[in-house]
Amino acid sequence: MPDSQILVEARREMEICNACRYCEGFCAVFPAMALEREFSTPDLTYLANLCHNCQGCYYACQYAPPHPFGVNVPQTFALLREESYRQYAWPAPLARAFEKNGLVVALTTAGTLALVLLLIGTLTSPGTLTSAYSGPGSFYNVVPWAAMTIVALLTLLFSLSALTIGGLNFWRDAGKNLSLRSRDIALGLLDALTLKNLGGGGHGCNNSDESFSQSRRYLHHAMAYGFMACFAATCSAAFEAYALNLPAPYPLLSVPVVLGIIGGAGLIIGTSGLIRLKIITSRAPAATELFGADFALLALLWLAAASGLMLLAFRATDAMGTLLALHLGLILSLFVLLPYSKFVHGIYRTLALVRNAAEGSN
Amino acid sequence: MTVKMSALSGIEGRKVDVLVVGGGNAALCAAIAAREAGASVILLEHAPRELRGGNSRHTRNLRAMHDRPEGVLVETYGEAEYWDDLLRVTGGETNEELARMTIRASAGLPAWMEAHGVHFQPSLTGTLSLGRTNAFFLGGGKALVNAYYQAAAKLGVEIIYDTEVTDLQLEDGTVRRVTAVSRGFPLTLLPRSVVVASGGFQANVDWLKEYWGEAAENFIIRGTPYAQGTILRNLLGQGVQQIGDPMQCHAVAIDARAPKFDGGIVTRLDCVPFSIVVDRDGKRFYDEGEDVWPKRYAIWGRLVAQRPGQIAYAIVDAKAAKLFMPSVFPAITGATISELANKLGLAPSTLETTISTYNKAVQPGNFDGSKLDDCKTMGLEPPKTHWAQTIETPPFIGYPLSPGITFTYLGVQVNERAEVLMQDGKPASNLWASGEIMAGNILGRGYLAGFGMTIGTVFGRIAGAQAARHARN
Repeated sequence: MPDSQILVEARREMEICNACRYCEGFCAVFPAMALEREFSTPDLTYLANLCHNCQGCYYACQYAPPHPFGVNVPQTFALLREESYRQYAWPAPLARAFEKNGLVVALTTAGTLALVLLLIGTLTSPGTLTSAYSGPGSFYNVVPWAAMTIVALLTLLFSLSALTIGGLNFWRDAGKNLSLRSRDIALGLLDALTLKNLGGGGHGCNNSDESFSQSRRYLHHAMAYGFMACFAATCSAAFEAYALNLPAPYPLLSVPVVLGIIGGAGLIIGTSGLIRLKIITSRAPAATELFGADFALLALLWLAAASGLMLLAFRATDAMGTLLALHLGLILSLFVLLPYSKFVHGIYRTLALVRNAAEGSN
Repeated sequence: MTVKMSALSGIEGRKVDVLVVGGGNAALCAAIAAREAGASVILLEHAPRELRGGNSRHTRNLRAMHDRPEGVLVETYGEAEYWDDLLRVTGGETNEELARMTIRASAGLPAWMEAHGVHFQPSLTGTLSLGRTNAFFLGGGKALVNAYYQAAAKLGVEIIYDTEVTDLQLEDGTVRRVTAVSRGFPLTLLPRSVVVASGGFQANVDWLKEYWGEAAENFIIRGTPYAQGTILRNLLGQGVQQIGDPMQCHAVAIDARAPKFDGGIVTRLDCVPFSIVVDRDGKRFYDEGEDVWPKRYAIWGRLVAQRPGQIAYAIVDAKAAKLFMPSVFPAITGATISELANKLGLAPSTLETTISTYNKAVQPGNFDGSKLDDCKTMGLEPPKTHWAQTIETPPFIGYPLSPGITFTYLGVQVNERAEVLMQDGKPASNLWASGEIMAGNILGRGYLAGFGMTIGTVFGRIAGAQAARHARN
């Protein structure tokens, strides 16, 4: 397969960067780059996924446009990352989901919302959505237990398999199939969990101009840890429901609800802030053609969190049915889209950080 | 004081204490210092915003004295050693009083710079030798320039881009009127004080031709195209005392494929000591192995400038290919000497003769690229005195070399208060200078890494403070 235009451009820019190296202090990309003399396709994929898009190197670059060299590493790497999402997607035909990904996310969400409503419409008696229920198992009055379990389990298992296979594809190629050592995994995870590389060498990243800020890093933390808290809430609820035979909903001071509130709040704060930053960000170092995908996932996460908190707030009222249907439709969409949205960057970024730890350039 | 100008610039009718001419490190330090001293300040930068910062945007460190490890600066670098280094590279062409003042003041610079938004980093790979003497800017000179522009704007310095100052009207040692072209429109200003920090004239090819003739057409300017020397020439034509040899410029050999301007660091080539260098006629002309590259690279610009067509070619074989940092442009390779010669546009038979003569002269030795080794030629003219290895392992690799001009030495004379001196030895009443336009007072010859930024920062701060004080009195 001939190299794509973006790949050719990434190689050209890395060759310029490698002869300059002024940006070595910003993040892991440049020390990792300095290990290479020539850039193979997997190396470029690795470097692109190692890039956290802090944009520090763009503003510091003496070769940025309008210099004839026109170096714009954050933009080029964002485009190359998107190519790698398609390249490693499983099953391969679904790679097309990354084209017009914003539209795909929106249509999928519309589809899952419709599906949930359809299930409720066919599996429950008329008037269910608008009735108030309370007590253990009240959710199952709206969406039958079996339907919820089967759909959630199947989609999640499929998505996690697709993410795993995509990650393995990436590692075989851009990870050079290095043997995994626990030290490197730990260091890579630590970098991913702290987003050290979004710190631009200590002072933060660029949002809209030459000034630096840690806000994007902290907002991403709110979102990512919020997501993990919500996922933990879901797992603990499943544990209570299936292992302890205690069906939802749970009291306010239970593990699933507390985790859900914290996680939901984090998601709302994080995604709202990141959406705002994406609106005010300078277009110069950005890959604006990917904004659709970025906004779509942020919006989906925001909606999922907001509908979850609303459900909690109004679960004892006759709005519960509608809110539950909405929330489950959004969660289903999220489950389905995990391997086919911007979400995959977390997998590849972490693996790139693991390779970076293994190669010890930092 | 009133300020008159075109409607377009948006500064008409504004009173201004200090006008800063230029937009690089020295200008920004002056503008910040003047504003912090309470003056109103306008800074006029010739370049558009995207290309602001003069040659500072291509720099990456500053040489700072320190008597103990400080921040990113390791070990110690005292005044005596700093002065010795300066004396060695200038061969005495310096003003000891100004030089020592600059060296002492350099100790306080990193803290001041950090207070104004500059971040430092440990020295870069490949430049570890400078980690003791030089503080590296995180992200390089453009990041530093960005930080200063932000600091200046936050303080209330008015910054106007795309504006070239064309005339400072001097009467009896006083600047009466400043004329500029602002985005194509004429602009006249009547500031109380003026700081000139508009650099040298290295980007003015016509001016270079006055000394170098048509050869200057083949020079490559490593930095900003805006260093036209307009104000330097303007002042020297009005009785300001000049300093520095107008014939001299800092010229290094760089990759000949570099763009005419602004190619910066990536066009450098470190291969000369491990190569043989031939001219357009395929003949060697100088000892490539005379000394380690950092001590010799500055002479190669001049050597190449003196060859026909101002071009030369460094040639290595596969053995030497990994010994040096390549330039950004791809190596030109050939499976045979004659194939390489054809690609370089050299006569194959001449190059083959040059290389076979050289190969026969190479003596056995223990090659060591990290020091002056004992690999040399015998019976060859000119000799290669170190790192002489045969060129016989294909593929053969060639790089074209051109003179790359970094900066010029000609400037205006100043005193320790950064006041510009007139030919009668008296300081002008309201004119100060900092940066490359006066660096020749201290660095009259040669090159000391990161010292230009030191001079610009020290004198920028002095000039700004003095200019503000004058304007406020």
